[in-house]
Amino acid sequence: MATEPALEGALQGPAAWEEEADREHVHGVGPWRLGLRRLRRNKLAIAFGVLFILLVLACLAAPLWADKVAHTTATENHLSDTIVIDGKKTNVVGLDGVPIGPTYKGEFFLGADPNGRDIMVRLLYGGRNSLMIGVAAALMTTILSVILGVIAGYFRGWSDGVIRAVLDILWSFPVVILGVALGVALALGGIKLGPITISGDSVLVPTFVIGLVYIPYMARPVRGQVLSLREKEFVEAARAQGAGPLRIMFTEVVPNLISTLLVFFTLLIANAVLLEASLSFLGAGVQPPNPSWGTMIDEGVDRIATAPHLTIVPGVMLVLTVLALNVFGDGVRDALDPRAKVRLEH
Amino acid sequence: MARFIVRRLLQMVMVMFAVSVLTFLIFNVIPNSDPAVRMAGRQASQSTIQAIRKEWGFDDSLPQQYITTMKKIFSGDLVSQFTQLPVNEEIIKGLPRTLSLAIGAALLWMFVAICFGLYSAVKAGRFADRFLTIIALIGISMPVFWIGALMNHYLGFKLGLFPNGGYVELTKDPIDWAYHLILPWTALAILFIGFYSRVLRSNVLDTVNEDYVRTARAKGLGERQIMIRHVLRNSMIPIVTLWGLDFGAVIGGGAILTETVFDLQGVGQYAAEAVGQLDVPPVLATTLFAAFFIVLLNAVVDIVYAVLDPRIRLQ
Repeated sequence: MATEPALEGALQGPAAWEEEADREHVHGVGPWRLGLRRLRRNKLAIAFGVLFILLVLACLAAPLWADKVAHTTATENHLSDTIVIDGKKTNVVGLDGVPIGPTYKGEFFLGADPNGRDIMVRLLYGGRNSLMIGVAAALMTTILSVILGVIAGYFRGWSDGVIRAVLDILWSFPVVILGVALGVALALGGIKLGPITISGDSVLVPTFVIGLVYIPYMARPVRGQVLSLREKEFVEAARAQGAGPLRIMFTEVVPNLISTLLVFFTLLIANAVLLEASLSFLGAGVQPPNPSWGTMIDEGVDRIATAPHLTIVPGVMLVLTVLALNVFGDGVRDALDPRAKVRLEH
Repeated sequence: MARFIVRRLLQMVMVMFAVSVLTFLIFNVIPNSDPAVRMAGRQASQSTIQAIRKEWGFDDSLPQQYITTMKKIFSGDLVSQFTQLPVNEEIIKGLPRTLSLAIGAALLWMFVAICFGLYSAVKAGRFADRFLTIIALIGISMPVFWIGALMNHYLGFKLGLFPNGGYVELTKDPIDWAYHLILPWTALAILFIGFYSRVLRSNVLDTVNEDYVRTARAKGLGERQIMIRHVLRNSMIPIVTLWGLDFGAVIGGGAILTETVFDLQGVGQYAAEAVGQLDVPPVLATTLFAAFFIVLLNAVVDIVYAVLDPRIRLQ
């Protein structure tokens, strides 16, 4: 045993310890830096993280592509237009109603849809909607889950009872069904919350629906974590110093939740993007002619026999985005909190 | 034991009541606009709206409205605004199809996930494990209706290996029944295989370090016997719980997308078509029944667990 370096260091006193720490570069490294170091070593996660950023940038550049390259908009029809391919004039939408496939040139880069709309332009604008809904819904879920979870976990008692009961009831509904029910109810009438009025066909409706539906899946684990955090010595120390509940929540409890929230947030975006697609596919999400990847697949599936590119193109974009977020989220979890078991449902 | 069951069933009834109130609120109160207009659908005349307002009692107090709505749903005289067909009968008609899809898919995803998860854990860190992890992640990243539509088109329509959608009754021709369901089963199972194999993999890796596994190894048992008898059996417990809940969720609505893509005409597709027409009564009824079914299944899972594991009764 005496040959083990750790024991030798201990025998030589604190000075030797510090020297060894210097040599091994382990002193003063906080959990965040350790996590970042572990994440950087995970090449696969980094690669997919970069892929996600590229996809977001591409969608942000949608107006640029529409203006400068494709010379059209996301909702402009080109039913009777023609385009020159290999020196021949070709109808954008054939006489039999079949749109052209990918031309791999500026206009109609990825082909047209049955209304003669440019798929590439719609793909980029649709991606904006899908990603915006995904990120906004994930943000809404995270904020509300933290508020509910922290209140329930910190105060316990009757507030915990009420919050838990409401979450349990929401949890009884399958995610897609609850989303569809809310989507249908709101798509016809819109939302009126005091001074705020949102019309039924706004993309804010699916955002709100998706943000609401995932709350139980996140608020429950947050509450569980708060329950164990509030018994920790540092919370007791803060209380002994005279800190009130709000102060303890914001300066002691919430900072310790951040790594869990970060992992959840990444995976929530992935799931929200998927759920948006499912709801739009069923007609309870983004309302046409507004594009999103879900509505584009929905329009494509009906014509898969004659124009499969209408289904494949938006689907591939969707899968790439969700996969990138899932792999990156997985890497973040492994780096920050290797033992956490985060699971969301579809 | 009897006390536990009674308590659990009482709790179940209370949750069902709360679920029905929430469903009522979603459709009649939350949107804060005239429920009769919504119920009547997109293009409705003034007289239809008036008739619906009277029929559903939308001018009454909220508790009275709730009672009227529940009475309509459970007495079976709820009709679709679009087809005028009774909703409950349509749901019962679609139920065997939805059950066929859910049961087959559940067996398939459990079996494949066990194989993948166990193999992945045994080969942890090596190429096979990484490969299966990527496959699992791709699986959970694909929307079921997208992969379903592609499978239906390429394997069913283009190559002609499988029937292009549709459903054959089990009692009519069991082989044709299974043949028609292979693609839907696979499409629905892919997502769950991804989830379950990953959960199982991490459970197996936790279990391998348990004392009783070391004991088994010390006794000189073969590696295969240790893995299956000692490790897998104990790693399965959380998966089986998930399985019960997910099975309920699939019957209660998870199948809505799969059924639509493969044209199985089950309860899910019925709901999906109603959504497409913004036809409120069928959506209302299927939402309520789906949630009821899940609440019921959760209670059953809890009771079965209490029978198997007496410690749970005390909680």
